[in-house]
Amino acid sequence: MNWKRKDLLGLQNLSAEEIKLILDTAVPMKEILGRAIKKVPTLRGRTVVTLFYEPSTRTRTSFELAAKYLSADSVNISTSTSSVVKGETLKDTARTLAAMGADVVILRHPMAGAPNLLARTIRAAVINAGDGAHEHPTQALLDLFTVREKKGGLAGLNVAIIGDILHSRVARSNIWGFTKMGARVRICGPATMIPPEIEATGVQVCTRIEEALDGADVVMMLRIQLERQQRGLFPSIREYARLFGLNRERLALARSGALVMHPGPINRGVEIAPEVADGINSVINEQVTNGVAVRMALLYLLSGGGMPDA
Amino acid sequence: MHKLLIKGGRVIDPQAGEMIPADILIVEGKIAAVGPGLEPGEGAVMDVAGKLVAPGLIDMHVHFREPGFEAKETITSGSRAAARGGFTAVACMPNTNPVADNRAVISYIKARAKEAGLVKVYPIGALTRGSRGEELTEMADLKEAGAVALSDDGRPVASAAVMRRAMQYARMVGLPVISHCEEPTLSAGGVMHEGYMSTVLGLPGIPAAAEEIMVARDIILSEYTGCPLHIAHVSTAGSVRLIREAKARGVPVTAEVTPHHFTLTDRAVADYDTSTKVNPPLRTEEDVAALKEALADGTIDVIATDHAPHTLEEKDVEYQMAPFGLVGLETALGLVWTELVIPGVLSPVEAIRKLTVNPARILGLREGVIKVGADADITIIDPQLTEVVDPAAFASKGRNTPFAGRSLQGLPVATIVRGQVVYNRNLAVIA
Repeated sequence: MNWKRKDLLGLQNLSAEEIKLILDTAVPMKEILGRAIKKVPTLRGRTVVTLFYEPSTRTRTSFELAAKYLSADSVNISTSTSSVVKGETLKDTARTLAAMGADVVILRHPMAGAPNLLARTIRAAVINAGDGAHEHPTQALLDLFTVREKKGGLAGLNVAIIGDILHSRVARSNIWGFTKMGARVRICGPATMIPPEIEATGVQVCTRIEEALDGADVVMMLRIQLERQQRGLFPSIREYARLFGLNRERLALARSGALVMHPGPINRGVEIAPEVADGINSVINEQVTNGVAVRMALLYLLSGGGMPDA
Repeated sequence: MHKLLIKGGRVIDPQAGEMIPADILIVEGKIAAVGPGLEPGEGAVMDVAGKLVAPGLIDMHVHFREPGFEAKETITSGSRAAARGGFTAVACMPNTNPVADNRAVISYIKARAKEAGLVKVYPIGALTRGSRGEELTEMADLKEAGAVALSDDGRPVASAAVMRRAMQYARMVGLPVISHCEEPTLSAGGVMHEGYMSTVLGLPGIPAAAEEIMVARDIILSEYTGCPLHIAHVSTAGSVRLIREAKARGVPVTAEVTPHHFTLTDRAVADYDTSTKVNPPLRTEEDVAALKEALADGTIDVIATDHAPHTLEEKDVEYQMAPFGLVGLETALGLVWTELVIPGVLSPVEAIRKLTVNPARILGLREGVIKVGADADITIIDPQLTEVVDPAAFASKGRNTPFAGRSLQGLPVATIVRGQVVYNRNLAVIA
């Protein structure tokens, strides 16, 4: 199949075939990353803009490197949300970028739906690099890529996602991605951080981490934002770590060879014990590498690429 | 002598509960005769064959934004929108700037409405100073100046103690209290209904409980103080249950629903279209079904629009940043007909009752009836006329509607206030 969409706003509306196309395209891209000279001329003359209304060195750098390895020109604009308050609207900023000739705009924004607004406004391709608690599709795609690479496939796997599901765009995109590809997803976290009616997305909700881990092929831990405690969503870091932290004993409940994942950055000793984060099951560093490959694949597909010429 | 004969229509009399072929003769702004085969004498004739003739519609819940937010709407532009929507009278909420919490603002609104010279505008006074929910307003003074009810609409009265005193005082003064039911600590930060859609869209939710807790509280206070309570924009099945039970017990409570709440669900938010951002939020299919049932069984007395215009710039932003509200005056009747009358939820007479007699009764107005001697406030409805909603054609300054492109049937074709035709779609008036 060929890629037909103008934008990548989330995984909810992608078909399994489209997800597979992205993952397949990322395979030769990863091969480029393994070369001594990591640069191909594929996107020469194209302009990629990263527009970040929220700080994220990791995701921004990953996109920038992906653009550079494909020989696109890339520019970064980091805007604090305060400039929004000052009256500069997202639409105005986007129109300016479009007028300057951007081909792809990568948007990170603290508010859900901002990429949808942008995609309606400009002709350039828009990639959602995380919008509020809505979606973070490229993170989920790199997670899917990593699991598929390690496990040889996705169908039939048991995936446990553990932590603050309520505020997690990573969890939402992964739920759509894994369930569409035939995996079973369990989610687990404090009752105050489980969003209402999440079961209707096809997941199983567990309140005990042991239940979520039982027979899991993939264990995905989410970052707990320490400020949520001040908002009264859980009583203390200590209790959170005690009830929902992943340690070696708990990991033993999962299948042998289960993958441990984390979108980073990690609160070591809170949601994940250091020996687990750095243990043999952990694929956290490979997630980062694969992130570049997946983003290269997306830039390529959204720029109108046919078969990769890697 | 100014005379107008409305000839050949079917007259809806919501008081008598009937719809009968009759002509109406208007002389000097008053209804002079109602009956078959009337002759105009030397007056003009409006041929309304095939049309329905209803008492002028009354919208007891609009936001006209003047003074203070004239870029959103003025009393003149709002009055034009009301006339185009078939409304002959509106009651406007006090959340202007300054807030209508004193005689000067109430008088100003009345004066501006008179200058506009279109529909009747009845100001609603604030319940508390600045609608801050702390100190009571000078309610007797507001009533003398022309306020027909009291409300802090747009904001809940968070303190139960303040609400209790406000209701005690309002009862003494003889004004009904209109409550915006929202428990602010539960709704804080929310922008849409809390449920499956908010989970999927990643938007902060407003649970149904935020409304229902306050509905329950205010019903208890109404029962305790004896003050007539009108609950604005009911949106949940739980609120409906509480109101139904309170009415059965004899609590002096009435309630209204908006056309958008009985038409749309939170699924309309799916594309982050900010014209679906309203407070209370669009709820679920079960809630919509409960609202329709409550309209049919009389639990909900009134259909009101909560007409809330905003500028394009304010709404053309990220969903979370957009203000709450949509414009309703010019789509209301079409939605009532299309969503309620045609499917048989309400008979035409019942629908008109909720748009005329009932709001008039709650606000203590003499309008809402067709009888000899009354002001000639009349709305002519073409029950067959179908039109696609085009916000560009609105008389309101607001274009923020989620109904653009939707086909509606049953539309106002003429609006008559005190015998003057303030809106006429295409009816011939032969002098």
